[in-house]
Amino acid sequence: MSAPTATLRPSRGATEGSRPRPRITAGGAMVTVSALVLAVVWLIPLVWAVLTSLKPEGETTAVPIRWLPLEPTLEAYRLVLARGDLQRWLVNSTVISTVVTVLTLMVCVLAAYAFSKTRFPGRRALFALFLAGILVPPQVLIVPLFDEMTFLGLVDTYWGVALPQVVAPVMVFILKRFFDAIPRDYEEAARLDGAGHPRILWSVVLPMSGPILAAVAIFTFVQSWNNFLWPFIAATDPALMTVPVGLGSVQGAYGIQYAQNMAAAVLGALPLLVVFLLFQRQVVRGVTDAGLK
Amino acid sequence: MTPSTDIAPPEAARAVSPAPPGGRARTRHVSSWAGLWFVLPFTVLFAVFLVWPMLAGLWTSFTDRSLGRAGSSFVGLANWSEMLGDPAVWQSLWVTLLFTLISTPPLVLIALGMALLTHRVSRLGWFLRFSFFAPFLLPVAVVTLIWTWLYQPGFGMVNGALQAVGLPEVNWLTDKDTVLVAIAITTVWWTVGFNFLLYLAALQGIPAYVYEAAALDGVNPWQRFRHITLPLLHRTTALIVTLQLVASLKLFDQAYLMTAGAGGPDYAARPIIGYIFDSGFTGLRIGYASAISYLLFAVIVVVSLVQFRLFSGKGKSA
Repeated sequence: MSAPTATLRPSRGATEGSRPRPRITAGGAMVTVSALVLAVVWLIPLVWAVLTSLKPEGETTAVPIRWLPLEPTLEAYRLVLARGDLQRWLVNSTVISTVVTVLTLMVCVLAAYAFSKTRFPGRRALFALFLAGILVPPQVLIVPLFDEMTFLGLVDTYWGVALPQVVAPVMVFILKRFFDAIPRDYEEAARLDGAGHPRILWSVVLPMSGPILAAVAIFTFVQSWNNFLWPFIAATDPALMTVPVGLGSVQGAYGIQYAQNMAAAVLGALPLLVVFLLFQRQVVRGVTDAGLK
Repeated sequence: MTPSTDIAPPEAARAVSPAPPGGRARTRHVSSWAGLWFVLPFTVLFAVFLVWPMLAGLWTSFTDRSLGRAGSSFVGLANWSEMLGDPAVWQSLWVTLLFTLISTPPLVLIALGMALLTHRVSRLGWFLRFSFFAPFLLPVAVVTLIWTWLYQPGFGMVNGALQAVGLPEVNWLTDKDTVLVAIAITTVWWTVGFNFLLYLAALQGIPAYVYEAAALDGVNPWQRFRHITLPLLHRTTALIVTLQLVASLKLFDQAYLMTAGAGGPDYAARPIIGYIFDSGFTGLRIGYASAISYLLFAVIVVVSLVQFRLFSGKGKSA
């Protein structure tokens, strides 16, 4: 257990000396303990899912509840993976989320650059229209959008699932605000060297925008990976299902095989959790940067 | 997501710093068509996947269009007047509003509590961030698989815990009085981590000297929280409440999955989007479903605008 001496944040180390604070306070210890208790409570559902997934099916419904499996086994994982569905859903999710993220970055960066660094006829009106688009929740569009996709022949295709998710006016807005803050002197210098807009965007603006591009990319990827409603409607073919949609269909299909249900849930949760553990700092910044705007 | 122009990106500030002052007014942009090429791809997608369905939906709401057959005919305001007299519309709208009312306070307050605790604890910060935020990264179906299992009568963990302390078992998902509460609890567990991160970022943005000055004046922790921290978090709270209200009004995924698509007993957990889904994709009546979509859209816009007015007004007086 960490000693409750450490109630000061390391980032404030420089000012530590000026703060009259005793080494060990009852308050500090209480804060640490309550934080840990809350964190453990918050983890219980996940831990319980993992423990259940390691039990033989017969043990899962034991009353009273037993936490640890008596005979731990990976049988549930073997059975889930043997079906092959989950692997396909993971591939589908990876493909669709990657396409959505790459396309979103491309079209939103281009649009944001145009609004920030160029003047063209109709610029204000178009920007106002995009801003208004932020107010439109995609959920209210599902019915006409499905109708349109049927018309375009895009139902049950990767493009049909991915393309509507690319329309994220809020990302244009976030990127434009960032580009606005880049001083003109940089582009002026590049222009004097004979650079056109594509070159200024590529060699001047983008290299200075790493953090915000990462934020937009991470936020878009997570949103797309976890999107349920649209992929659920647009992909009726099991071969095109994403992880959330596929696992949603499992809810009934595996019946009362709780160990297998939990094994599927754990496997479905794993990719983003691993990414989060590896890149915690970037993910936290991505979510707060994109979320705060 | 609502645009809030009051928070400056920290990177932007950094990007500005190396520049010499006075560069702003030196040049004037010449209007040209070049920008149009840059804005074209997004505009096309925006037109095809947002503007078109918006307009098509409005038109469809005046027709008897069905997914079951081709063609449709104009029926005027028939869908709209049917909607206003349809008890299922109002019942599902009430479910959505009730869910918003019971889920928003804990989603804001627990997030604040988590952020305050995490901000004060220096070690184990990564562990706290992980356990509070990790559920937000789970796909909804993972969340509902786990919680349906937790709520299971007989051998589920929630009921096991209730019985362990001598309380009677609850049929969480099959009792019409508890199903929405159960879904709200699940939602709090799942999504509170996002609000937590926003609060934590805001707390870390409060300069230390503010607290040091207070410490010199002998302010106790409660006064410090009440009179310094809370007022400084006002803008963040406004933002979180706005985002949260709109997010809660869009309830569908977890409610659908936790009731196996049936909306729960007596439709006690079928939100308005659930009814749109049922009318459009199960009942195939997309004309009618489009009309209800517009009703929901109107509710969301009104709530957003009221929110915006309320908080921007308060922000000025503060």
